[in-house]
Amino acid sequence: MSAMAAGGTPKVELRGVKKRFGPKIVLDGVDLSINAGDSLVVIGGSGSGKSVTIKCVLGIIRPDAGSIKVDGEEVTRLRGAKRDAYLRKFGMLFQGGALFDSLPVWENVAFGLIQGRGLSRAKAREIALEKLGKVGLGPEVANLSPAELSGGMQKRVGLARAIAADPEIIFFDEPTTGLDPIMADVINDLIASTVRDLGVTALSITHDIASARKISNRIAMIFKGKIIWDGATKNIDHSGNPYVDQFIHGSAQGPIQMEVRR
Amino acid sequence: MNIFAAVGRVFLAFLAVTGRVALFAAEAVSHCVRPPIYWLLILKQMLRIGYFSLPVVGLTAFFTGAVLALQIYKGASRYGAESFVPVVVLIGITRELGPVIAGLMVAGRVAAAIAAEIGTMRVTEQIDALTTLSTNPIKYLVTPRLIAAVVSMPILVAIADSIGVYGGYVASTRSLGFNGSVYMNNTMNGLTYDDVSSGLIKAAVFGFIIALMGCYNGFNSKGGAQGVGNATTNAVVAASILILAANFLLTNLLFSR
Repeated sequence: MSAMAAGGTPKVELRGVKKRFGPKIVLDGVDLSINAGDSLVVIGGSGSGKSVTIKCVLGIIRPDAGSIKVDGEEVTRLRGAKRDAYLRKFGMLFQGGALFDSLPVWENVAFGLIQGRGLSRAKAREIALEKLGKVGLGPEVANLSPAELSGGMQKRVGLARAIAADPEIIFFDEPTTGLDPIMADVINDLIASTVRDLGVTALSITHDIASARKISNRIAMIFKGKIIWDGATKNIDHSGNPYVDQFIHGSAQGPIQMEVRR
Repeated sequence: MNIFAAVGRVFLAFLAVTGRVALFAAEAVSHCVRPPIYWLLILKQMLRIGYFSLPVVGLTAFFTGAVLALQIYKGASRYGAESFVPVVVLIGITRELGPVIAGLMVAGRVAAAIAAEIGTMRVTEQIDALTTLSTNPIKYLVTPRLIAAVVSMPILVAIADSIGVYGGYVASTRSLGFNGSVYMNNTMNGLTYDDVSSGLIKAAVFGFIIALMGCYNGFNSKGGAQGVGNATTNAVVAASILILAANFLLTNLLFSR
């Protein structure tokens, strides 16, 4: 909708994306478009298909049906070198950080530069230190192993790694999960400022509604593998959608029933 | 319950796994010749797979050689054929026990370590992270380990052969009253190229099996700590069984030499 209004091609566009694992339908025709420069947050409960959506765009999971276009180019069938080139547009912050524990912090941040782009180690280290500075970490952590860092610091290193190769699109997978409220807010600020300063397109998934409000200008809600609401962040409190209302108020009563076996 | 359906299901599942392993192996091998090649990683893995397995493989080879000498003496002495002990120990170690014992020890040590490491990387999304950083995880994780295992196993077995023969020498000279220089002379005269090389070919194949099983099971582990535990167990069991099965096939194949 807003994509068409803007006139240009959306940066990322999903149409009718479906995925099932065995008998379980995870994505049941996801339609979503993100304009360049937008920060879209997909909210939804556990198991609603948030992570699978992102992994489909990255090509880590292959959708069963539907189309995914990035910059107007169909990407679901990309392989080999073309796929590597395509993936250079992306940075991703993983839920648990997914830092390589066999490598020191700076090599984690520089990994995409050294392996993906063939930069020299010295040059890559320089950039890594600069990116670590951007997320508020000094050079003293550069030679530490990821296991020596606190959860919040690991997230920051993950963020530095995600932005290291100057991506056009950044994905954030549950950026605040597992952090205390203050550290969560620090990370939110960091994400908001990173997205703003770098002028990137951002797609985040979270069930932390406070985080969603802070880092996005658009919110979409996914429920049972479908996008059931999509609108500006400022309208989230007046969505008129009972599912969204229930979710943002965190209420057990409402149209969404948790499948809890007693 | 239809028994044929049950048997068929198991058989089809077996075929599916075989196919998946074969595709996985084919992709990993194809990366051996496609640049970039991660030399540093190969070297690192050779250290981990080959060098650090030396103590355990050396010790087992020594004791195996010693026991072999004692047992063969027991049998040979019944026919007054004690002088064959050195050459039978030599053939037993180089053709059979060197590669198999080293293979099984390394399977326990290395296949487990590889499966646990890669399995943990899988469940903590580190493998997905590799993909997003434009790095093919099979090329980065699997190929170096395969190359390292295939190269270092024959070296490891060559060393194990020497230590095993020495174990036989020690047992024969200390417990059985053999003359040291006579024993060595007999060994050197019995030494043939084919005995050693057939053992080293086996070693390379075992190395491939060990790395492949470790990587495949690690790569396909799911579901947290328990999943990684299962992957590790499966890697060791599958590697050990495949080593013994491959040993039988290879022995048949190399027997004419």
